[in-house]
Amino acid sequence: MREAKCETELASGRGGSALSWTVADGVIELALHRAPCNELGSESLEEFEQFVTALGRVQEKTHALIIFSEMKPGFCAGADLRELYHRSQVMDKAEAAKGVRDFLERIHRVLNLLDAAPLTTIAAVHGVTFGGGFELALTCDLIIADKMARFCFPELRLGLIPGFGGIPRLKRDLGNAVVRDLLLTGRSFNATKAQQIGLVSQVVGEGEALRVARATAAQFKKFDHATAVAAKRFIKPIPYEELRREIDLFCELFARPAVEAGLRKFVESTEAQPYLP
Amino acid sequence: MKTADQTVDEILNLAAAHFKVPKEKLSPDDDFFKTLAIDSLQTLDLLTKLENHFHVELPDYELQGVSDFRTLAEKIQARL
Repeated sequence: MREAKCETELASGRGGSALSWTVADGVIELALHRAPCNELGSESLEEFEQFVTALGRVQEKTHALIIFSEMKPGFCAGADLRELYHRSQVMDKAEAAKGVRDFLERIHRVLNLLDAAPLTTIAAVHGVTFGGGFELALTCDLIIADKMARFCFPELRLGLIPGFGGIPRLKRDLGNAVVRDLLLTGRSFNATKAQQIGLVSQVVGEGEALRVARATAAQFKKFDHATAVAAKRFIKPIPYEELRREIDLFCELFARPAVEAGLRKFVESTEAQPYLP
Repeated sequence: MKTADQTVDEILNLAAAHFKVPKEKLSPDDDFFKTLAIDSLQTLDLLTKLENHFHVELPDYELQGVSDFRTLAEKIQARL
């Protein structure tokens, strides 16, 4: 009965063109499906905001959330840099800076809510899990990765740092040395490496991440919900202060000319590795 | 220890299988971006396939500017 009510509440807002969600047997599944690789722009953000609002109504009555991508290239390629570039071209500097800060404040609110959600969360990732996509995965309690998954923080190529909470969360989960390696080299690394450093909980065969995530989510149902929530709160503090500082630093860097040049280079690039400087 | 020729051959096998191209159409000195007609996202797939197969780490920046199978094999050989 409780789950039937829950399904009705979630069904009242099923998302849109960038993402959609379903609930079954106490598990919410959030599917990302914006071509080409779930780039996070204003449309995705609005839909994420709708999702966390719906989640807030039902999270106490569900025990797990799985986030996955239906797009073949990967989980999420990060922020929609083309949108960012084109929007900033038609605004004056002050307007563009305000727009960026507003966007960051909104996406941080969404990601903080996902990070702290009182249910167990899994990112089932495959392929490209870059920048903001990596940051989205980092909000989840567990990452289950297809062996073809690839992770990267390429932001320095743009003259920026990751802006969706990546540094504080990665530091919380893994430590400063790993953050420095990823951030300062901008290199990408595969799922096996991600598991070796403690980022990924399970590496699975190609196309198996969602199936394994569902099997893992079924396990959570066996535990007392209140205990699982208390355990999560105890073990997973949200680094709010550092997240605030990250927004400020990102906005400070965004005002520099190097960023516009970096964005233009990326948008116009036809290179095979456009995420490298 | 694999020889350089073995490594090239294994790369050609992997690329042919993953991108569904007949292996006989691939040769060590081909520009793999052109021969395989792959974009930036598929290039990452190839990189991951190679790392998984050879059990090596290949930092992206080390492969910047590499476009033929033979040079790719040399980079992998250096990490075996």
